[in-house]
Amino acid sequence: MKVIVPVKRVPDTAGEKKIDPNDKTVDRDAGEAVLCPVNEFAIEEAVRLKENAGAEVKVLLMGPDNAQSIVRKALSYGLDEGLQITDDAIAGSDAIGTARVIAKALENEEFDLVIFGNQSTDARTCLVPAAVAEILGLPSLTYARKLEVDGDKVVVHREHEEGWDVVESTLPAVVSVVEAINEPRYPSFKGIMAAKSKPLNQKSLSDIGGDAGEVGFDNANAVLIEFAPRPPKEAGTIVEDDGSGAAASQLADWMEQKKFI
Amino acid sequence: MSELLVLIDHSEGKPRKVSLQLLNAARTVAEGIGADVAAVWLGTGGADNADVLGANGATKLYTWDSEDAHGYVTLPQVEALQQIIDNNDVAGLITSSSNHVKDVAARLAIRVDAGVITDATNLEIEDGKVVATKEVFGGDTITQCRVAEGKFPIWTIGANAFPVEESGGGAAEVVSIDVSLSEAAQKSKVTSVEIQSGGDRPDIGEAAIVVSGGRGLGDEEGFRLMEELADTLGAGVGASRAATDAGWYPHRFQIGQTGRTISPSLYIASGISGAIQHRAGMQTAQHIVAVNKDAEAPIFSIVDFGIVGDLYDVVPKLVEEIKSRKG
Ligand SMILES: Cc1cc2nc3c(=O)[nH]c(=O)nc-3n(C[C@H](O)[C@H](O)[C@H](O)COP(=O)(O)OP(=O)(O)OC[C@H]3O[C@@H](n4cnc5c(N)ncnc54)[C@H](O)[C@@H]3O)c2cc1C
Ligand SMILES: Nc1ncnc2c1ncn2[C@@H]1O[C@H](COP(=O)(O)O)[C@@H](O)[C@H]1O
Repeated sequence: MKVIVPVKRVPDTAGEKKIDPNDKTVDRDAGEAVLCPVNEFAIEEAVRLKENAGAEVKVLLMGPDNAQSIVRKALSYGLDEGLQITDDAIAGSDAIGTARVIAKALENEEFDLVIFGNQSTDARTCLVPAAVAEILGLPSLTYARKLEVDGDKVVVHREHEEGWDVVESTLPAVVSVVEAINEPRYPSFKGIMAAKSKPLNQKSLSDIGGDAGEVGFDNANAVLIEFAPRPPKEAGTIVEDDGSGAAASQLADWMEQKKFI
Repeated sequence: MSELLVLIDHSEGKPRKVSLQLLNAARTVAEGIGADVAAVWLGTGGADNADVLGANGATKLYTWDSEDAHGYVTLPQVEALQQIIDNNDVAGLITSSSNHVKDVAARLAIRVDAGVITDATNLEIEDGKVVATKEVFGGDTITQCRVAEGKFPIWTIGANAFPVEESGGGAAEVVSIDVSLSEAAQKSKVTSVEIQSGGDRPDIGEAAIVVSGGRGLGDEEGFRLMEELADTLGAGVGASRAATDAGWYPHRFQIGQTGRTISPSLYIASGISGAIQHRAGMQTAQHIVAVNKDAEAPIFSIVDFGIVGDLYDVVPKLVEEIKSRKG
């Protein structure tokens, strides 16, 4: 069985994010870049498929040259091979543009299952996995809180607001996972050392047969016009409780005044 | 006149509150671009709701009255919408931002060459064009976006971004459609649906008030106290990741970057420090209240009303106060 895990390089959420006042874009160099934490859950599922079903797992990343360290990081969990799509023409792609590049890259690969994170922590659109599935004409079994592969069949519990749907489909298929699915392990020292010499292939847009007229900033279907920091919130009322819970009546006054009671 | 479609989210034969909010949002846009609002109800029971959807601004109601709409994963809804778009003069689509619906938007976008703006918090008309407001970086940055010229626009909108406002319109004209599903659509079947009830509490995405608890509750039992407080207010109950990770409350109630993003009128956090990943899911709440024994907890920087104290002293008292004031 062959599995592909698309991973994204994102700014560390806990780090500082800055907006360049001149061109109103995000200063990508301001904070530290990390492997999107949601992808760790996808990687963990892939590692389990390796252990339990002998799967071969490839990591796929679309991103700039210096994102190579992120691919290596993903490989350090024990995955087999990396593929990075790097091209100036890709920069500034929106979710649909990103999906086009990833789908193109996948068209050149053999796989039974693609395991995405349900969202990236920076864009948070959740659009990429289903859009990729659509381009490839495959089922999109997204938001998996449970994933079972049985022969050429996959069963997924798709989480939603009220519980989950149990769905099944034949392979190949595209899935995305939510963090409830597992507890990712840490990479082992051996894994980190081994990742340095795992095969990592870099390809350009033309290498994968992509069309520069469909991707990148100039061809984004959704266009960003302006950025501004959220206006700071006015300081609220803060009261200290004396250990008797008496402060609750002040809160109840406030709630009454705001018509919440 | 062209039509602006609104995909109605529904449950047990009734539109969810968010759907009526979407219709309100759609009215502003439709007026600005010279279109009518048409609701789309996929699944059974749509025609029974022509009145309520009409009263909230839909002049037309497309229904596909079939169990198949939700019997397979995503594609039936995509194919139904595509059919409506292909056969009518459609100017755009508004949907909710719930997870499974975003998949419909994503797949449809590929088919109709759309630009998708997810999680819009406002839609305005500037120079005859629709400009969407969207918050990024967990609400720390506010952006204005639009869909590129010549692309079919799809906007997804979260619950409570818009109020429900009746338009005073009469019943929507019902147009029923029939969709013959492709083979591909029938490939991934929904074999069962597991509904995990949250009691009679409202969904945290739609609730006007959400009460939520974190690691400071100390154990699973702490959530009984959260539920008690919630029930005095008709509120939903949410949790921080520390609490869901500990197994004290199910993951689908998690609020934050990797959980739900909600915008209630009032958010009451107990025993939650207010980490940036948590704030990413709740800082657009209109009013924020926190109870935390650490005066330095970051949550206090975004509260309207904060109590520095032990939640086990304060919350039971608050429950009493609310009950006695309600009489
Ligand atoms: C990739 C990623 C994604 C994440 N996504 C999310 C997410 O979606 N949602 C989320 O919530 N977190 C998320 N987190 C985790 C987040 O960083 C925090 O760890 C988490 O929010 C902490 O939860 P907490 O506030 O309940 O616990 P803590 O940070 O441990 O805070 C507990 C608070 O309770 C207070 N307290 C203790 N006892 C009492 C008492 N008796 N009375 C009153 N106060 C008391 C303490 O003073 C403390 O401030 C994410 C982290 C990462 C890395
Ligand atoms: N540039 C990228 N390269 C590889 N995978 C990506 C990229 N962007 C998004 N993804 C994948 O798509 C998922 C959903 O991201 P998003 O649609 O941006 O919320 C992520 O968890 C990744 O698995």
